[in-house]
Amino acid sequence: MIETIVIPLLKIAVLLNAVLVSVTFMTLLERKVIAWAQSRLGPMRVGPYGVLQAIADPIKLILKEDITPVKADRMMFTLAPIISLVPALVVFAVVPFGGDELFYITDINVGLLFIISVTSIGVYGIILAGWASNSKYPLLASLRASAQLISYEIAVTMTLVSVILTAGTLSMVGIVQAQQDSGLWYGFVQPVAFVLVLIGGLAETNRAPFDMPEAEQELTGGFHTEYSGMRFALFFLAEYANMIVISAVVTVLFWGGWLRPFPSIDALAFLDLIPSWIWFFGKMFVFLYLFIWIRATLPRYRYDQLMRLGWKVLIPIAIGNIVVTGIAKVVL
Amino acid sequence: MLDAYIPVLLFVLVAIGFAIFTLMVSSLVQSSRYNRVKLEPYECGIEPVTDARDRYSVRYYLIAMLFVIFDVETVFMFPWAVIMDELALFGLIEMLVFLFILVLGYVYAWRKGALEWA
Repeated sequence: MIETIVIPLLKIAVLLNAVLVSVTFMTLLERKVIAWAQSRLGPMRVGPYGVLQAIADPIKLILKEDITPVKADRMMFTLAPIISLVPALVVFAVVPFGGDELFYITDINVGLLFIISVTSIGVYGIILAGWASNSKYPLLASLRASAQLISYEIAVTMTLVSVILTAGTLSMVGIVQAQQDSGLWYGFVQPVAFVLVLIGGLAETNRAPFDMPEAEQELTGGFHTEYSGMRFALFFLAEYANMIVISAVVTVLFWGGWLRPFPSIDALAFLDLIPSWIWFFGKMFVFLYLFIWIRATLPRYRYDQLMRLGWKVLIPIAIGNIVVTGIAKVVL
Repeated sequence: MLDAYIPVLLFVLVAIGFAIFTLMVSSLVQSSRYNRVKLEPYECGIEPVTDARDRYSVRYYLIAMLFVIFDVETVFMFPWAVIMDELALFGLIEMLVFLFILVLGYVYAWRKGALEWA
């Protein structure tokens, strides 16, 4: 009873808090980094260097008036943000933040498959939001977003097959252990897959340069144009939680999760003095920063270019990568 | 074995509870001053004319259908990839045949223009 229910519940409570706090500070980090990229200061008013902005924003969103347009489908309109947020949070159940059992909630033997399937539930939230709003821009944006998400999901899923081929397991903990055994992070074994997953991850989270679904200049704000107050905040949470998930997955699959650099070289054993979870969060932070950096740097794709990239470039490369990995696995 | 899924179920419940809880707290503390114009669908300040749920491009249906086919085929590869160590050469040839048929369908869709978006 205590082992199966209470301890997981405690871990879930800690993790949920960690995710929420990270999301609020991620938004601040994003504004600051983009501001620096554009030679501005960013938020400076609330607290020293604007640090408390991260607290002020959620409070403001909770106190905001929450409008349901008259024409909207009331039940779906409320359900959509919940459907969007729940999968984004649940995925964290199988992410191993460290080698010890203390640092992950559960290790199921189909961990990676679980992540792929649960994250793709999020698309229902987006399409329901557009449909329930019964407004033109959100509907257009949600159609675009869902077409984009499912297109890139194929490319990402196919790419992950070659990673599974290399690791021989679907368990997230198992994949890191496989990297420990082989002594190499899979980023060096599967560099092509890493780049594909990174591009696909940007598209799956609707981040720049693939943020067509929220293109302010043409769609006014995307599928959540009609949303305000807390329901908008849930969408916001979901989007940033998804970013954290993608960073964590990339860290686990390609950059050795909680392992130190070159885990097989004993001369670097002093690096083990740094706890495993710090390695994990360090790597994850690099990718989160990369997401923001890319947003500050690259212009937005056009929609037909986006679909062409997904269907005509990424998928052939992913299939080719599977074939090459399979042959290499048998020959070597 | 199934014990590993209990935390996942708990997490689902906690996440749903969290979403509903925040919505309820927010609905208790927020202000609400409604008027007719505020509740209209957003249309850049113009009065909306027709219903938003109009016909839309057939390409979205096409993408959805292609997605179903390709995604199911990709899922077939997962168990194969996990036990590739035991299957060795036999498994590789099997999968090359499977991929060849998949690529045939993909090339067909490409040649027919199903992947074009313009």
